[in-house]
Amino acid sequence: MKIGVIGSGAVGSLFAAHLATLEDIDVWVYDVSEAHVAAINKKGLRLTGVGEVHSHPTATTSGRDLPALDFGIVATKGMHTRAAIEATSHAFTDGAVCSVQNGVGNEEVIAEFVPRVIRGTTFPAGRVMSPGVVQWDTAGSTWIGPFEPKPATGDEVEQLAETLTRSGMETSALEDARGAQWTKLIFNAASNALCSLTGLPHGRAALNSDVRWVMDRVIEEGKAVAAAMGIEMEKDPAILLEESIEVALDHKPSMLQDVLARRPTEIDQLNGGVCRFGDEVGVATPFNRSAWSLVRGLEASWNLKEE
Amino acid sequence: MNLEPVAIVGAGTIGGLTAGHLARVVDVTVLVRRAEHAEALNSRGLRISGKSDFTAEVRATTDPADVSKCGLVILTPKATQLDAAVAPLSDVPQNTVFMTMQNGLGAEEVVLRHGAWPIVSAVTFMSGTRHSDEHVEYELDTATWMGPFHGTDTDLATVETIGDMFRRAGLKAEVLPDLRPAQWSKLIFNSAVNGVAAITDLGHTPLYARRERNSDLGYLVADLMNEGKAVAKAAGVDLFEDPWEMNTEAVSHGQTDSEEYAHVPSMLADIRADRRTEVDFIIGSLVREGDRTGVDVPLSRALYRLVKARDRSYDDRIGTS
Repeated sequence: MKIGVIGSGAVGSLFAAHLATLEDIDVWVYDVSEAHVAAINKKGLRLTGVGEVHSHPTATTSGRDLPALDFGIVATKGMHTRAAIEATSHAFTDGAVCSVQNGVGNEEVIAEFVPRVIRGTTFPAGRVMSPGVVQWDTAGSTWIGPFEPKPATGDEVEQLAETLTRSGMETSALEDARGAQWTKLIFNAASNALCSLTGLPHGRAALNSDVRWVMDRVIEEGKAVAAAMGIEMEKDPAILLEESIEVALDHKPSMLQDVLARRPTEIDQLNGGVCRFGDEVGVATPFNRSAWSLVRGLEASWNLKEE
Repeated sequence: MNLEPVAIVGAGTIGGLTAGHLARVVDVTVLVRRAEHAEALNSRGLRISGKSDFTAEVRATTDPADVSKCGLVILTPKATQLDAAVAPLSDVPQNTVFMTMQNGLGAEEVVLRHGAWPIVSAVTFMSGTRHSDEHVEYELDTATWMGPFHGTDTDLATVETIGDMFRRAGLKAEVLPDLRPAQWSKLIFNSAVNGVAAITDLGHTPLYARRERNSDLGYLVADLMNEGKAVAKAAGVDLFEDPWEMNTEAVSHGQTDSEEYAHVPSMLADIRADRRTEVDFIIGSLVREGDRTGVDVPLSRALYRLVKARDRSYDDRIGTS
């Protein structure tokens, strides 16, 4: 079986490194970073932290190099989804492509380019330390299921889940993966956006009664949108938030890391996604839209000279 | 009525601009906190650059007793420092006129805790930059609106006299029989613009008025202002100017007509300098008025809470929820 990982940041590298430990799987990595690709091809891909993994996928910066693949796993940031799938879609003319990205809306973009799509949500996290080397910070599960408008077959979903689990990335195949996706989406919309706007780390933000009041409103709106879409939550995001106080007290969520480094954020896929789906089902989302436009304003401040 | 000498309490940007200009036409005493500040003003005068250009002779003091000889006391400290600034003035005679120039609502009530003086309310749109103890740059030469504060013994003629004094000194002033419409216009404008700026670190640019895509800040600013307008209506206040028009006007001329340059609203300047913001007097008073009048202001409340979270002077409350 041939699997391509599209986008090899921290999350993509976790998937690629694990899969490449399996002898029966041929793993390809597509990434735009020349340095990262060269390091993987020369010295392999190395994970340290939660576990030690060292394996040798084949990496490339050119989509044209990819052979026909059975599965794709897209792990780019949301704003790069379109360019990444556009560059690699020829490899999936008879394959199924799974998004393990943050937020919502990525599967819709992928479905414009490939025949069969899998919706995915993943919790493991890490950081790229240097080319070819990734710090694995958090272990966790992955949930996948067919993306209904252009679904992969149930067998394909099962097969991918089985392969990922066998490689060490515990994955569950579901008939409807929207509950898992929206659980993480709503949790992220509350935590990432509000941490970014206040500069507070995860648990500290949830402990601040003023920030928590706004987070709770963002979560309520998200749950109302999900309910109107007929989605059953995997877990209450409000409980995840409460748990973050203990497990992530001083953890800076990825969007806050982006803001501190002045990189574009995934706010369009998070709070922006809640708003877009809210519009579709007629549920008002004023708090999510406020957070969305405030983070957009924050991004705009980086390009401003003042007097 | 004799308003001279005129005391200016505080010599930050607004205090400096007011003292410098008025000193050209009336006898001015400036009350400051630091002895070296008073010394600098007494020895070198007060330099005003920018829209005006002169150096004024002022008499500066750190002794609150010197204010007792004055007929008019103009209070210019930030709303957060007003109580401490007025407390030493409780011996000032009860017929002395006090004028408040603070942002937001509630300054007059703070003053009245310390004495039953006749009060003139003012809101100012002047702005500038304080370069040193004795040098302030006058940047936006927009008007100061003033009027009698209801419930105190202030007549309109007194306010007219003060307005004339401002105009003779080269400042712009407008006298209104009831200041609340103007105060509320500025309150609603400031709550939205200062609040968004304090959260986003973004100066006041045309982005604050843009309403093209769903995530554009203009929608949020308009929503915030609509909440404010609903509160004003419930409080029985007819606005003097539409806050949204004030917003589009402010970003469409002068130094802010380009997206590359922007005025830094005072609350953002405070956040950057790690000073306590006026959030409780600006957005906070709008939220309290909403509660009082039974008008729901969810987005203003969210903004109020987020600014408090950004304002590090409230940090002691983290972890105590």
